[in-house]
Amino acid sequence: MARRKAPEVNAGSMADIAFLLLIFFLVTTTFQEDAGITRKLPPMPPEGVTPPIIKQKNLFTVLVNKNNDLLVEEEVMELKDLRQAAIDFLDNGGGTNEKNEPCTYCQGAKNPESSDHPNKAIISVRNDRETEYGTFIAVQNELVGAYNTLRNREALRLYKMKYTSMDSILSHPQTTDESVKKDLKDKMKVIKDMYPLKISEAETSN
Amino acid sequence: MSKFKKKKSGELPPVSTAALPDIVFMLLFFFMTVTVFKKDDFKVAQELPFADQIQKLDKTDPVIYIYAGKPSDRYQDQVGTQAKIQLNDKFADVSEIKDYWFNTLNNEVGAQNRLIAITALKVDNETNMGLVADIKQKLREINALKINYTTKKGEFSKNLEK
Repeated sequence: MARRKAPEVNAGSMADIAFLLLIFFLVTTTFQEDAGITRKLPPMPPEGVTPPIIKQKNLFTVLVNKNNDLLVEEEVMELKDLRQAAIDFLDNGGGTNEKNEPCTYCQGAKNPESSDHPNKAIISVRNDRETEYGTFIAVQNELVGAYNTLRNREALRLYKMKYTSMDSILSHPQTTDESVKKDLKDKMKVIKDMYPLKISEAETSN
Repeated sequence: MSKFKKKKSGELPPVSTAALPDIVFMLLFFFMTVTVFKKDDFKVAQELPFADQIQKLDKTDPVIYIYAGKPSDRYQDQVGTQAKIQLNDKFADVSEIKDYWFNTLNNEVGAQNRLIAITALKVDNETNMGLVADIKQKLREINALKINYTTKKGEFSKNLEK
């Protein structure tokens, strides 16, 4: 008896099965990437230590009430004007830093009534417990925007490259070259020291 | 000597579909590898606010998630309409944050990341700041200082539209 040939499996419907699976994965895929405003909370103050007194002119107070209205430096302000106001405050450079060096890179009005040096300038955000989270984020976004604008300006002047693009290159997973990373980190540190991010989120008042 | 035969007139040869399964498989594998199944089921509203000055959270970063917002419709008769915190897939009280944080750190993130772990706050747009302030205060108490307010990319003015 002759050996019977094994019958060939029909692979014609393979494509259909693959299509089914493909459609399933297509539908379930979400290219969700989390992003947001990163912030460092202040550590709990050790007991018995009184916080240092900050000169009023070095403090930029932003108050948000429960109706989501803004009070900036005791004046009512629209959210869209906040970024420019913060830039003017940070970039003022009217005095000197701790080492008595004047701010050589500031391009502000050098108003003696406003902040001394970006190193000393502090932005304080206070909000009500009833304030909406969305408004709070909008305010934070504008303040970070002010810092980014100034940092970008200095980074473009010194390194011909935006600060924000340095940051995104550094955090990109395909950037693996250690020397490039170190170079970027060093450059970013210089810029960060010029305009250190000092936003205080005080405990909410009732 | 007819090297150049005249082509048979008319009919186009049919397009070969033999490579079609290969192409489909390629796509299939692509989507299979990039698919991430959602870890937690949201029991609270998650309309995140918009911001444009944002930094990306990488998948490899040590991240601990905390959700907050109004409970979804089907849970409202059980837990009310006040904004709630969700940890893992359960509603939780503010006081449970500390335990949750350390549990997640030790079991999922790895205790060696204690100082670089980022706590991502996924908070609904309409939540009151009071709840967020409570969460922040708890995180300060356990020295979990790196936080990320997770947002969607967009103009900040969209937060104010109702």
